[in-house]
Amino acid sequence: MDHFPLSWGRPRNDALDAFNTYPMHKRPTHHDTFADGVQRTQQPIVTGTSVLAIKYKDGIMMAADTLASYGSLARFKSIQRLHTVGSSTVLGASGDLSDFQYIQSLMEDLIIEEHTAGDHHELGPAEIHEYLAQVLYSRRTKMDPLWNSLVVGGRKDSKNFLAYVDLLGTTYSSSSIATGYGAYIAVPLLRNAVDGRENTLTEEEARKIIVDCMRVLFYRDARSLNKFQISTVTDAGVTISEPIQLETTWSFAEGIRGYGAQTQ
Amino acid sequence: MTSIGTGYDLSASTYSPDGRIFQVEYANKAVENSGTAIGLRVKDGIVLAVEKIVHSKLLVPDANRRIQSVDRHIGLATAGFLADGRHLANRARDDSSNYRDTYRQPPPLKEVISRLSMYVQAYTLYSSVRPFGVSTIVGGVDVNGPQLYIIEPSGISYGYHGAAIGKGRQLAKTEIEKLKLSELSTREAVTEAARIIYLVHDDAKEKEFELEMTWIGDETNGLHVPVPKDLLADAEQKAKAALENFD
Repeated sequence: MDHFPLSWGRPRNDALDAFNTYPMHKRPTHHDTFADGVQRTQQPIVTGTSVLAIKYKDGIMMAADTLASYGSLARFKSIQRLHTVGSSTVLGASGDLSDFQYIQSLMEDLIIEEHTAGDHHELGPAEIHEYLAQVLYSRRTKMDPLWNSLVVGGRKDSKNFLAYVDLLGTTYSSSSIATGYGAYIAVPLLRNAVDGRENTLTEEEARKIIVDCMRVLFYRDARSLNKFQISTVTDAGVTISEPIQLETTWSFAEGIRGYGAQTQ
Repeated sequence: MTSIGTGYDLSASTYSPDGRIFQVEYANKAVENSGTAIGLRVKDGIVLAVEKIVHSKLLVPDANRRIQSVDRHIGLATAGFLADGRHLANRARDDSSNYRDTYRQPPPLKEVISRLSMYVQAYTLYSSVRPFGVSTIVGGVDVNGPQLYIIEPSGISYGYHGAAIGKGRQLAKTEIEKLKLSELSTREAVTEAARIIYLVHDDAKEKEFELEMTWIGDETNGLHVPVPKDLLADAEQKAKAALENFD
């Protein structure tokens, strides 16, 4: 706390120093009295983990589990992290979920603005991605980032679109994308399965790839959950599935030696 | 026009001795000169229809729309000065998005109407502005079901089952009264609305007009969108046929 009354700001008369604290020429120049009271986001609080997405023959497929973590605590176990935007785009988010909710309301406003224009044009996934990239980049430039890694996927005019944007405004596009822990664990698996086969993979094959990766992530990622949703965007539109339960086996755990309490 | 020359019609901030505000009444005149606009509130939705007078053959078809969207679920049709109507629609969009930002849910129609009519009313209070030269039909489907309102240049607003403004409103009203609005579906209402617009159109005065029609209801998933081309064409054809039988 700055105890000098002079530093508290001078609402009335800049020429008058009622307290005669300093000779006039030595008065401290004005600074923002409340600057210490303002804090920008310095870390995410309630977070979601990986989002996976791939291109396939008829469109794109995206998946994310339904967990919202509070640090290492599995705080909310039934949160949707996939969001439909317009009629041909799906948006998946990892990172801070309150920031994601804010982004969802931005998307709502954007889509309504386009609807009320009444020009019969609709924003596709490419436009949505560009918009988000500009928003996220401008927020990081204000030193107040939206703490997310976002995946934007969609299909419009029979063209698949899949791209990434994060809290720094970094973007890239690829036929398979994974955020968070998945960027380390799932990307090699996805690339192996998808690269060069984007136009031949069937929905069934794509689903198997996604589910297999989600299973690996559940085994390896301590902030993940065995409950997730799959979204597809095809010419028929956007679907987001009901939560799916992962099938896992833990019998091998019996044979593990060297950790925890064991008698032999 | 007893008001002319008395000096009481020079500004909207002066009453006449018998308690009228002539500028507001003149604004109503601007509305009466406009092509008819109607709105029907039926069982499962709203239909808005406008008789858009085409004053020049050089105009691009479908240009200068008189029905606009305020939000996903709200449509707005105006009669009077087109530019005033556009301004009012923009204001309604701001009101609507403000409500969304505050309450994180779609605005009920009542809320948009109350805010918009207060805005219109404010333009009847000052000598520095003129009242809006439009009457506005606002229709939408919200949590309380289909809703239909008219806002007049005075800022007054009422809810209606069927609404008509502009040149042919009298005839349009008597036609709407004959309908069983609470039993009609939006699809049936589209045909009726087209018929009424064709009926009230005065061939002797203006030859050319475009029928502009939008709807909101179960069939559109609660979205305010133009009536599909094929349905519109079908409704227009039926309207023309009905008109021949009428004559």
